[in-house]
Amino acid sequence: MNEALLEVKDLTVKYVTDLETVHAVNRISFSLGRGQTIGLVGETGAGKTTTALSIMRLLPERTGKVTGGEIRFAGQDLLAMPEHEMQAIRGEKIAMIFQDPMTSLNPVMTVGDQIAEALDLHNDQGRSREQIQERVDEVLSMVGIPPQRKSEYPHQFSGGMKQRVVIAIALACEPELLIADEPTTALDVTIQAQVISMIRELRDRLQTAMIMITHDLGIVAQTCDNVAVMYAGALIEIGSAEDIFLGGDHHPYTVGLFGSIPNLRSKAKRLTPIPGLMPDPTHLPEGCSFSPRCPHATEQCRTAPPAVYTRGSHRICCHLFADREGWKEDA
Amino acid sequence: MQAVNNNPVPLLETRGLQKYFKVPKGMLHAVDGVNLSIPHQRTLGVVGESGCGKSTLGRTILRLLEATGGEVLFEGENILTYDKKQMHRMRREMQIIFQDPYSSINPRMSVVEIIAEYMIVHKIYPTQQQAFQRAAELMDFVGLARRYANAYPHELDGGRRQRIGIARALSLNPKFIVCDEPVSALDVSIQAQILNLLMDIQDEMGLTYMFITHDLSVVKHISDEILVMYLGQCVEHCGSDELFENPLHPYTKALLSAIPEPDITMRGKEIRAIRGEVTSPINPPPGCRFASRCEHACERCHRETPPLCEVGPRHFVACHLVKGEPVHV
Repeated sequence: MNEALLEVKDLTVKYVTDLETVHAVNRISFSLGRGQTIGLVGETGAGKTTTALSIMRLLPERTGKVTGGEIRFAGQDLLAMPEHEMQAIRGEKIAMIFQDPMTSLNPVMTVGDQIAEALDLHNDQGRSREQIQERVDEVLSMVGIPPQRKSEYPHQFSGGMKQRVVIAIALACEPELLIADEPTTALDVTIQAQVISMIRELRDRLQTAMIMITHDLGIVAQTCDNVAVMYAGALIEIGSAEDIFLGGDHHPYTVGLFGSIPNLRSKAKRLTPIPGLMPDPTHLPEGCSFSPRCPHATEQCRTAPPAVYTRGSHRICCHLFADREGWKEDA
Repeated sequence: MQAVNNNPVPLLETRGLQKYFKVPKGMLHAVDGVNLSIPHQRTLGVVGESGCGKSTLGRTILRLLEATGGEVLFEGENILTYDKKQMHRMRREMQIIFQDPYSSINPRMSVVEIIAEYMIVHKIYPTQQQAFQRAAELMDFVGLARRYANAYPHELDGGRRQRIGIARALSLNPKFIVCDEPVSALDVSIQAQILNLLMDIQDEMGLTYMFITHDLSVVKHISDEILVMYLGQCVEHCGSDELFENPLHPYTKALLSAIPEPDITMRGKEIRAIRGEVTSPINPPPGCRFASRCEHACERCHRETPPLCEVGPRHFVACHLVKGEPVHV
């Protein structure tokens, strides 16, 4: 991996209310090189979106608290930065595509104005109004929307087209890091295929690093260099796409996740789901948080939190790998 | 699997079923001449993108929406001619499981009340107590712990709520259940649990399903036959394995190639992304409705509506480019 663009180390995020404390993200660490894509996979409530919002510093102000760890972007510590400096980064250096294109656009602004807004706010190059409009036309055609439609409002676009507008806004300032939070979940398969191949193409052309948040392992397989699997706020397995999709050693949760997807090629009549449910993030179990659902859980799993074991680029957080050949405990 | 019922009359059949909605701009052809038949104890999967009319089809069959034209035959009888009283009795035989377990159950009723409600409405048992007793048994059957009997829906997660919806649909011992995207709102690990449950109860109770979904891998897993819909019409209908091995309609091919597969060796695979988006179903012009997005479309496709033809044993396709014998109804 070349010089890391983003480094997340031991990040811990809690949502604190008068009633309870939600342990949303627990000591996760990963890094991302320039131009690389990492897939953040996991089910609802695993902490994927919270991780993304922490990087953007968009956590809900009153309740969301980063209680530990650091996030370094191009060498700078994002968490220590004053808000006005963060504003210069947010939207310009780091941009985000939200899940639901229907609600992330302003319904009373034309799409052209919404793209121009981002360019206007981050106008370091001192573009004139005409130059900004030129750039709006340019990004619109880049995402496959005729520039003549820039004076239309979001409701005049279909779901897939709206998501293209959202992507155009995110890419307008040519960010170094793009966070895509379930960018195609709200779309139909044929439209999803169009949007995914467009994101892939633009990423390759602009050399943008990307965090792809999704629960769809198919999308991860098609787009990501590295994959991180999250469960109950913890990063339980991380590795290259080859490690995750082709390797033989996996965290039991990853095995369960793959067993739950109906396979298009195999004729297995029954799926092998993971029994039970994700633990309540206000009361995480002691030891390994997956132990109540894990078929291999031992007494140790229920009492002591597992260490991280590594082999090459592959890291797994599970007691089972303590004395497996080729795996070393991470210092 | 249970011994297949050899009854020659399919459990459910539709003939030229139509459902149009009047909208300010004209008539919206949501379901336009669909013919299908589902044998006893089998599952028909209905796939298509949002807005193709698959949910409307399910609801029209159950008469939750009144059909504009055509027939719905349940065990050979046209239920569209039934009066209110006959239909009320008929409802015991056919049930629906809805997509969204959050909005399809009454938030002000407890779990056991929700499950018992249909049995009380249909006066299945002489006392309410017995209905509640049966509801508790159904909770065991769908894997809901009895301690939730007096809980309210907001206290449960999506997977458990969907189990309530399933228990409620089973409470009247129906023969036929329309499953309208029952797993779309659930996470993958929970989705697999619910799919297994649906298949188990089908075997145990000898149910017939119509399984509506946009997820092709789910539909392949659960269905015996699959019907692909596009803008209110059936474009391809055949056995589940046949559809994945030998898709013939250009839309089916595009749909299949658009699925991202969890396999990195497939990364180089060229995605045959189809251009454009679904056109409007309001006053559709004659001709093939897929023609404007089809790479093979010729002049004839824009002029003439292709009939549904049998191109192989129980493999039906509606496309001018695929040769076969037209099906007459």
